[in-house]
Amino acid sequence: MIINHPLLGPRDAEEFVHLGDAALVDRPDWQAGDALEQFHDYLYLRDNPAGEYRELWYHEQGDRSWLVVTRNTLTHEISKVELARDFARKQGRSA
Amino acid sequence: MRYSALRILQQGLTGNKGWKAAWRQPNIQKHYDVVIVGGGGHGLATAHYLSKVFGIRNVAVLEKGWLGSGNIGRNTTIVRSNYLLPENEPFYEFSMKLWEGLEQDLNYNAMMSQRGILNLCHNDAQRDAYVRRGNAMLMAGADAKLLDRDAVRDMCPFINFDNERFPITGGLWQPRAGTARHDAVAWGYARSADRHGVDIIQNCEVTGFQIDNGVCKGVETSRGPISAGKVAVCVAGSSSRVMATAGMRLPIESHVLQAFVSEGLKPTIPGVVTFGAGHLYISQSDKGGLVFGGDLDKYNSYAQRGNLPVIEHVAEDMMAMIPALGRARLLRMWGGVMDMSMDGSPFIDKTHIPGLYFNGGWCYGGFKATPASGYCYAHLLAKDEPHPTAKAYRLDRFMRGRAIDEKGAGAQPNLH
Repeated sequence: MIINHPLLGPRDAEEFVHLGDAALVDRPDWQAGDALEQFHDYLYLRDNPAGEYRELWYHEQGDRSWLVVTRNTLTHEISKVELARDFARKQGRSA
Repeated sequence: MRYSALRILQQGLTGNKGWKAAWRQPNIQKHYDVVIVGGGGHGLATAHYLSKVFGIRNVAVLEKGWLGSGNIGRNTTIVRSNYLLPENEPFYEFSMKLWEGLEQDLNYNAMMSQRGILNLCHNDAQRDAYVRRGNAMLMAGADAKLLDRDAVRDMCPFINFDNERFPITGGLWQPRAGTARHDAVAWGYARSADRHGVDIIQNCEVTGFQIDNGVCKGVETSRGPISAGKVAVCVAGSSSRVMATAGMRLPIESHVLQAFVSEGLKPTIPGVVTFGAGHLYISQSDKGGLVFGGDLDKYNSYAQRGNLPVIEHVAEDMMAMIPALGRARLLRMWGGVMDMSMDGSPFIDKTHIPGLYFNGGWCYGGFKATPASGYCYAHLLAKDEPHPTAKAYRLDRFMRGRAIDEKGAGAQPNLH
């Protein structure tokens, strides 16, 4: 698989480490009343879709950036790659 | 029809005209006491033990494709019980004992071959870990033996002992482990379940569940609705997709694992050998092909096929462990979709929906677990309480802080 890095261009997926669902960007509020349940669901439960999937990849053998890759889990086709920073900012998660 | 040597002789002398199909092609009934969703190894084993051991015979197994089209026909056929944790080892040893009597129980030749498994170690820390694991195995009634370098050399002289980076310092040996013909396991269970009255329905996809006032009353299928006293889901690889139709999110991700077979060779490898410095497990089939596998591709996938980097990685491990295999040619490779759970251990449990049961999350370990998984699931379905060896395989174990993490990798499914 080739991941089209927003800054570096097309890179072999072997340079990256796959972390998991991009929903992990949305860390729950630790002060919420039901924080225990929220963190359980956040850490352990997954949608695990067959089809389009947004996931976190880390460019360990490259520029050490975190990416959000939109990929189809049935075909492995990648339709979108963005910096996780930009993805998180859009959700109001990052400064 | 009972299979025996006499039957082969008799059929051989009469032109082999008397063989019957191993199982029926029954019509779907409107109602079953238990509907098993998924006609893979575990589903068929569940049907066998449910009907034969627990006496529940009004049972259907629904399979989307054909029998054994999933991971039961895609694994590397290894059977072993060399686990560490007390939640796991008694279960896998129970499975090992069922394997040892499987062919007699099923009246079917599963080509069970107990030629042992050898886990190689390359340094003191690994050896210490094997001492601990071997003791845990012995305490659970399994067999284990720690081998030094010379004993490993006697057994497998072809290994590269003087690899500069990963010298062989010894190994953990389980003599009773081995391999079994994976397709025959599915067929044997199917035939036995059929003989005990179970309806095996192929090409019947479950599209949803009939949930009435919070109670599961049956399934919707591509061939119409079927009502059921209990619905037992057993669809590892597709667990998240199927359970999503009941509104459940699971502690599971689907990942692809590749496996390989070489051209047929003369007897080379005595049993199963695993490399301790990389992820490689290899054995030789009765037909002569080397059967081997390595790591996951490590990204979520439902594609049943992987990519080239893992093939390269596995080939490198093979060259590091047994350089002579560099001459062997790869015959086939394929991929299967694993239910990778959050701690690397499986689930056999009721769900929060009465009447709906779940079996899945088998990660790499589904094949060896087939008999015990079927037995324990049948026990749960028949008695509504878990089998003593499968008590820990609960869906709520993460909430209770009871993860069963053999590898200590944390909630990162692609690392288990």
